[in-house]
Amino acid sequence: MEHSTTYEANAVHDNHGGTKEIWRTFWILLILTLVELALGFWMIGMPDGGLRLAIKGSIIILMMAKAFYIVSYFMHLGSELRNLIMTIIVPLIFLLWGIAAFLYEGNSYKRNRMQYDKYQKESSQLKAEPKAEEKIEEKKPGALEQ
Amino acid sequence: METTAITANTKWWNGGKSPFNVEYGKLMMWYFLMSDTFTFGAFLIAYGTVRFSSTGWPDPNEVFRSYPGASEGAHAPLVFVSIMTFILIVSSVTMVLAVHAGHERKKKEVAKYLIWTIIGGLAFLGCQAWEWNHLHHEGAWWGSNPFLNSDGTASTTNFTNFFFTITGFHGFHVFSGVIINIIMLIMTLVGTFDKKGHYLMIEKAGLYWHFVDLVWVFVFTCFYLL
Repeated sequence: MEHSTTYEANAVHDNHGGTKEIWRTFWILLILTLVELALGFWMIGMPDGGLRLAIKGSIIILMMAKAFYIVSYFMHLGSELRNLIMTIIVPLIFLLWGIAAFLYEGNSYKRNRMQYDKYQKESSQLKAEPKAEEKIEEKKPGALEQ
Repeated sequence: METTAITANTKWWNGGKSPFNVEYGKLMMWYFLMSDTFTFGAFLIAYGTVRFSSTGWPDPNEVFRSYPGASEGAHAPLVFVSIMTFILIVSSVTMVLAVHAGHERKKKEVAKYLIWTIIGGLAFLGCQAWEWNHLHHEGAWWGSNPFLNSDGTASTTNFTNFFFTITGFHGFHVFSGVIINIIMLIMTLVGTFDKKGHYLMIEKAGLYWHFVDLVWVFVFTCFYLL
């Protein structure tokens, strides 16, 4: 293993903070998760609207913050060379495009269907009959007695 | 050694050295994880697209409201999944502690933290197995969705299809991670890394394990919270 002998010396290069930094990151992750959960509990039973949307947005921001802490401190990407960071982060721009383009497309598909497909529109507003699964077990007329 | 020569003016692209200053295996692990990010990203984007194109969607707080030992009518949304999230975060911490101990070449410490990480991984898998089993008993599976939309209208099977596919794919990653960690533990105990003179393998296994935790952050948010 030629490579490993070369890098033996810098194996410690991403070990700046030591265990202190690890525990600090753990507490940050834990607190962010607890805030997320608190927001999740707050959202239960809340009607759709601006506030609900704002809470969902905050949860997504907290999620990104957690992702940053895991990647940067647990995976030590933050202390790698800029060259390496960029080859990992820059391609992820494609995902941003994917999220924007596909969610927009999905939403527009729904709007078009609701506007032009009357059957779809009406059937999407019908309340489901309770216990739908029991209906299947009803005997058809003329079925054998068991 | 190269590291001693690093200054602000090091010309990384002049040849003769790695412009990334990491060993080959670690760089390839990063690229593998990036490709895996795209796989999970595509799954989650597909889920989002279908959810955005649907007129209704089941309420996760109604679906995921039970925990082991709960009565039939238990209503405890987010409780069980919080425990699962906590387990995975803690196992990520023990993994990074194992990597840290590896840098200092403390064999016993590495083994200890790897064992804790493996226990965490198995605990998470156990939780997931319980949850799948519970949902399956309620009639949920690929192609079968017993849960109504949150507004009381009939739902499609999209919800359960995406849930089982994505959490299943993530669970499979956790499973592979546990296997990798067990192999790392065995290699540590038989002294493979001491012979090599470094514990860089643990670091690569650690990257994979943290990635599994990272994906759970997204899966947890997309399926249980939003």
